[in-house]
Amino acid sequence: MKIVVCVKQVPDATAVKRLDPDTHRLDRSGEGALNATDVNAVEEGLRVKEAQSGEVVVLSVGPPKAQESLRKALAMGADRSVLVADDAAAGSDLVATSVVLARAIEREAPELVLFGQQASDGDGAVLWAAVADRLGRPMVSQVAELTVADGTVTGKRQTEFGYDLIRLPLPAVVAVSDAINEPRYPSLKGIMGAKTKPQETLTLADLGVDPGQAGTAGSRTTVRSAVPPPPKSGQVRLEDDGSAAEKIVEFLVEKRLI
Amino acid sequence: MTTTLVFLEHDGDQLVRGGLGVLAKAATLGGDVAGVVLGHGVADVAASAGSHGASVVFVVDDPALAAPLPQPRVDALEAVVAASGADTVLFASSVLAADVAAGLAARLDAGLNWDVTDLRVEGGELVASRPALGDTVLAEVSWTSTPRLALVRSGTFDPVEGGGPAEVRNVDVTFRDFSTQAVLVERLQEAASGPSIEDADVIVAGGRGLGAPEGFGLCEELAEALGGAVAATRAVVDAGWYPYSTQVGQTGKNVTPKLYVALGISGAIQHKVGMQGSGTIVAVNKDPNAPIFDFADLGVVGDLHQIAPRLTELVKARKAG
Repeated sequence: MKIVVCVKQVPDATAVKRLDPDTHRLDRSGEGALNATDVNAVEEGLRVKEAQSGEVVVLSVGPPKAQESLRKALAMGADRSVLVADDAAAGSDLVATSVVLARAIEREAPELVLFGQQASDGDGAVLWAAVADRLGRPMVSQVAELTVADGTVTGKRQTEFGYDLIRLPLPAVVAVSDAINEPRYPSLKGIMGAKTKPQETLTLADLGVDPGQAGTAGSRTTVRSAVPPPPKSGQVRLEDDGSAAEKIVEFLVEKRLI
Repeated sequence: MTTTLVFLEHDGDQLVRGGLGVLAKAATLGGDVAGVVLGHGVADVAASAGSHGASVVFVVDDPALAAPLPQPRVDALEAVVAASGADTVLFASSVLAADVAAGLAARLDAGLNWDVTDLRVEGGELVASRPALGDTVLAEVSWTSTPRLALVRSGTFDPVEGGGPAEVRNVDVTFRDFSTQAVLVERLQEAASGPSIEDADVIVAGGRGLGAPEGFGLCEELAEALGGAVAATRAVVDAGWYPYSTQVGQTGKNVTPKLYVALGISGAIQHKVGMQGSGTIVAVNKDPNAPIFDFADLGVVGDLHQIAPRLTELVKARKAG
């Protein structure tokens, strides 16, 4: 089974994140890391491959330095990587990114496409649903348990109301949550071996994507400004001297909350 | 003249509060506003939107929409957008709505702004506020084409009451082959006790500081006294202390009650993003350096095992008196 795992490089969790004051885009010049939930998606891809045999291809759209993160996925055990790195794709919003990703996935023609739920830099990004629509493939998201058998995938989806068990025929698109597995750490052998695995870099032209469909030109949303949020005022802080419960009640009464 | 559609999600025969809140907000932006209800056997549910200010509700009623799956809803919304000539489609964020909105964005080549916390019209143009980078930045975002799509952070706007039954306009849809391939095999409902945390005006949330799963008894008693719901942090849900359906934060729910009482919660960024929109935050934690004190309205450094039972007692006494 051929599996494509879509991953994204995000600023390292320990780095202070900032927006470029001119472009309002995330400043990605610092240390990068593989988005945490994408690591779960890579792990799940490897587990499916190990159970069924096949190939795991990791795919990303990003700057050339995103190669570092793809190499981490290769060290975990992915077979090869594809990076779409093109200045014309920088600043792509959801719609524009989905065009580029869908085209890159079509080129691989996988049976299973995996995404990690939630990118840590873009909060609630919902790229998989846009990509699935462009591919014309069935999709399930927020998957906490995945079973692949007999040409179908069954996902246990977490929702606000409980769990839904959803079955779809392959080829399909699945977004996994971080509850799905405990990702492995790359072994030393894996890290050494990653360097010799095929690492392809593509441009928009290689994919036949018109530059007008990507980057700022292909985007349908725009950031007008970005400022620090207004600070909170009137905060009260106290140490419990035995009367904290009484003081909390007073506070709640004053705020008309009880 | 603009036309705004608001996706109204329903659970059984009830419209979900989040969508009704967005409907109320949309009415303040001017132009025509209509609700959209997609499901099977939903005529009555759709008409009930009238009592929350919708005069018109577009409905696609089809067996293919019986299960809460996103892809057939993309087809249905595409048909409703075409039938209504809408230039804006608004959603209250949820697992389902997020997938529907993103699918529709691809289908219509439309811009989607998500995690929106405010909407307004400036110089005839729709502008949205969107906190970014763990809410350390507030971005003003907009759209460069129509239709404009937005996912509103759940609980941001309150519904309004009032109005008669809505006029229901049925729209026909032809589903794409791939849209109906996913099937719902089974719903595994977690037995919910008390009000859902998304609808609650008061939430009492517990974290590691409770010390043990039994510590949630303190949260439950206080929540009962305050007439609220109980929520939990990611750490204690992962540890199996409390059900996932109550998890607040980045991988759980976003909640915005009037009062959020945090017991033994450090206030890590993953949790903060899910509850910082609460009206008033009261935090009790024994660690004076806990980050939650940076954004709590009332921060109490102390032992929650002493404070919470006493607080429950006082609240009960006050309500009884």
